Amino acid sequence: MIMPVVLWTDALVFLLVGVVLFFILYARRKPHLRAPWQHVMSGRLASASIVILLAYVVIGLLDSLHYRKALENVSDSEEVHYAVEVLSVLDYLVGPLRTRTEKTYSSPFATHLYAKETIQHPDGSQTREYPRLAYGGRHLADPEVDFAGDILVRVATAALQTALACGLILVLMGVWLARRSLSSVGSAIRDILARRTRIPLLVIWVTLGMLVLLFFLALNLSMAYHVFGTDKVGQDVFYQTLKSIRTGLVIGTLTTLVMLPFAILMGILAGYARGWIDDLIQYIYTTLNSIPGVLLIAAAILMLQVYVANHPEKFETALERADIRLLFLCIILGITSWTGLCRLLRGESLKLRESEYIKAAVSLGVSHAKVITKHILPNVMHIVLITVVLDFSGLVLAEAVLSYVGVGVDPTMNSWGNMINSARLEMAREPVVWWSLLSAFLFMFTLVLAANLFSDAVRDAFDPRLRQR
Amino acid sequence: MFAYIVRRVAYAIPILIGVNLLTFYLFFVVNSPDDMARLHLGVKRVTPDAIEKWKAERGYNKPLLYNEAVSGPARLTNTIFFEKSVKLFAFDFGHSDDGRDISHDIRQRMKPSLAIAIPTLLVGLLINITFAMLMAFFRGTYVDVSGVILCVVLMSISAMFYIIGGQFLLGKLLRLMPISGYDTGLDAIKFLALPVVIGAISGIGAGSRMYRSFFLEESNKDFVRTARAKGLNESLVLFRHVLKNAMIPIITGVVVVLPSLFLGSLLLESFFAIPGLGSYTIDAINRQDFGIVRAMVFLGSVLYILGLILVDVAYTLVDPRVRLS
Repeated sequence: MIMPVVLWTDALVFLLVGVVLFFILYARRKPHLRAPWQHVMSGRLASASIVILLAYVVIGLLDSLHYRKALENVSDSEEVHYAVEVLSVLDYLVGPLRTRTEKTYSSPFATHLYAKETIQHPDGSQTREYPRLAYGGRHLADPEVDFAGDILVRVATAALQTALACGLILVLMGVWLARRSLSSVGSAIRDILARRTRIPLLVIWVTLGMLVLLFFLALNLSMAYHVFGTDKVGQDVFYQTLKSIRTGLVIGTLTTLVMLPFAILMGILAGYARGWIDDLIQYIYTTLNSIPGVLLIAAAILMLQVYVANHPEKFETALERADIRLLFLCIILGITSWTGLCRLLRGESLKLRESEYIKAAVSLGVSHAKVITKHILPNVMHIVLITVVLDFSGLVLAEAVLSYVGVGVDPTMNSWGNMINSARLEMAREPVVWWSLLSAFLFMFTLVLAANLFSDAVRDAFDPRLRQR
Repeated sequence: MFAYIVRRVAYAIPILIGVNLLTFYLFFVVNSPDDMARLHLGVKRVTPDAIEKWKAERGYNKPLLYNEAVSGPARLTNTIFFEKSVKLFAFDFGHSDDGRDISHDIRQRMKPSLAIAIPTLLVGLLINITFAMLMAFFRGTYVDVSGVILCVVLMSISAMFYIIGGQFLLGKLLRLMPISGYDTGLDAIKFLALPVVIGAISGIGAGSRMYRSFFLEESNKDFVRTARAKGLNESLVLFRHVLKNAMIPIITGVVVVLPSLFLGSLLLESFFAIPGLGSYTIDAINRQDFGIVRAMVFLGSVLYILGLILVDVAYTLVDPRVRLS
């Protein structure tokens, strides 16, 4: 028995997924929208980064389906009690990673703990030595002899599985391409390998292959070892960094989702209505803009802390408390970041307003509301899209800084910012505890790099001014 | 020119009033001083007396906007709004939670902030312009393409990694410079070198890429084509015609951040334990010292608006085509 839990951010994430799916279906039928996207997809770097981004999104979505487990029924009553711990589907899938905690730090692939301990032998004598880990490499009889062989077997297994999976993917891609281009599967596969396809399917296949390899490596190795080591309280760092993906994605996407309605409405209104409305809206965004972003966020988060501390009854579980803080952070980040888009939209609508087709529409008696929704909005959407995509990587990076300053996500929530923050003290230890920082760096860097490359491609495809060059 | 500046300054006043009202609303209306007191003193087992004492110590025990208990103009001045918000306009920031004069602290901490912010800006500017010109000179070749990719890679690394990595590599492993700390006078140099280097490096990615696009934009213009057509060699074209014109957006970008340099860098200062305004702000946030945060919000917006005014003035000086309207 489980009880589904829908957190605020979960609901918004799935709303966002719905909006994106709707947009994709809509854009498929409009040639003027399909063309730039095909331009994006035809780039090699862009299509590789889309594959990587999708992998992150899948992990993030799996981590957004939350539930609470029912407790064992101790009494005879009919009533079912649920655990206070909120889990996600991702937690279920990577179950062992979450539960197998060691005593304290251990380095990646370690079989022994990081710190020496006094061990009591059966004959009463005591020695100081590194104790074996409770889970990492437990299946090895003698780690010093068996370790290399075991790793080799596991890596080889992963390679074999990857080869099979990649072959399957290639055949599936061939079938798909053959159905579209009405050729045989064999020639379609030859086209892919010879890079004769319009979308760089070879690049996509290679990227997918690398992801599949990483997946199988993780599957084979992380079940027996802590591939990224363990942290101070012995939790698997790989698990933490997987959980951090959702936090990063939520900050990067929900922030823009939250601010979009305001930015679009205010920006178009200011440019279209002009006069005192324009003055007022300009005043609002200059005022908000003039407050240093970090300080506004700090002030707002301090106020939220006061609120949560004084209303503990409204938040049933620790995760709900952390979640409301995450949502609030998104809203505040949205408030500090909508001004740029608003200014761009205002300028563009000022320009569009003077264009002939809008003048024609107005003189034909089309209402203002209809002019805005039918004529102006579709013509500024490319600016909105470019801004949304460009902002994403900056927001993911901002999360880390804010968490360090102490006004980011809840300290109990898994996030790259919190990982880096704790890594700061770990780097000063002797011997150095570097693995938390490394795993946060690898996952964050890959995501941000993919997002940056993707946003460059989107900007090039949608900004007509740039394409002419 | 003078009238123009006066008008720009006058425009700033309503914005500052707006900032002031917003911070007042955030700090005193969204949560009452009672709530803040409870957060500071611990939510449970807190007596009303303790709350009253906490509020009295900080001057929060007055009415928000209108004091009926007194007479005369004091009805308006003997309030939280006047004491805490209106006085900001006179740069009277009051006292922090540990009883220190905030204005005095800010004045003292500006110097270390500037000592780190100005060299970082200059070194970064020099590196970025050089790198961007190199890419613009070799535009379209492998040098350019790999330079752009390098920029994107550098941009994708969080500033925190630069700092932690730099401290670890240069400070701990190679022992070239002290990891953190600060000193006055000439001794400060050895403490400042590392943060300045790291600060400049972390800005290379975004900065060089932006400057490169400025250079490319200029080098597509007609006067550049004329310069090439009359037989100038490429480096002369780049230095004499492209660089000069691309300096306009670069300079405006620098001028707009000049006043904010006083605020220092949050990350660099707190990682390197430099007693500037950035670390002051972070400490205040961590100690939940509302007085300091409020003062820094106000100071930050004043400096931001000052930057906007400076940039407008700089535009008219650099580019004679801009009219003073």
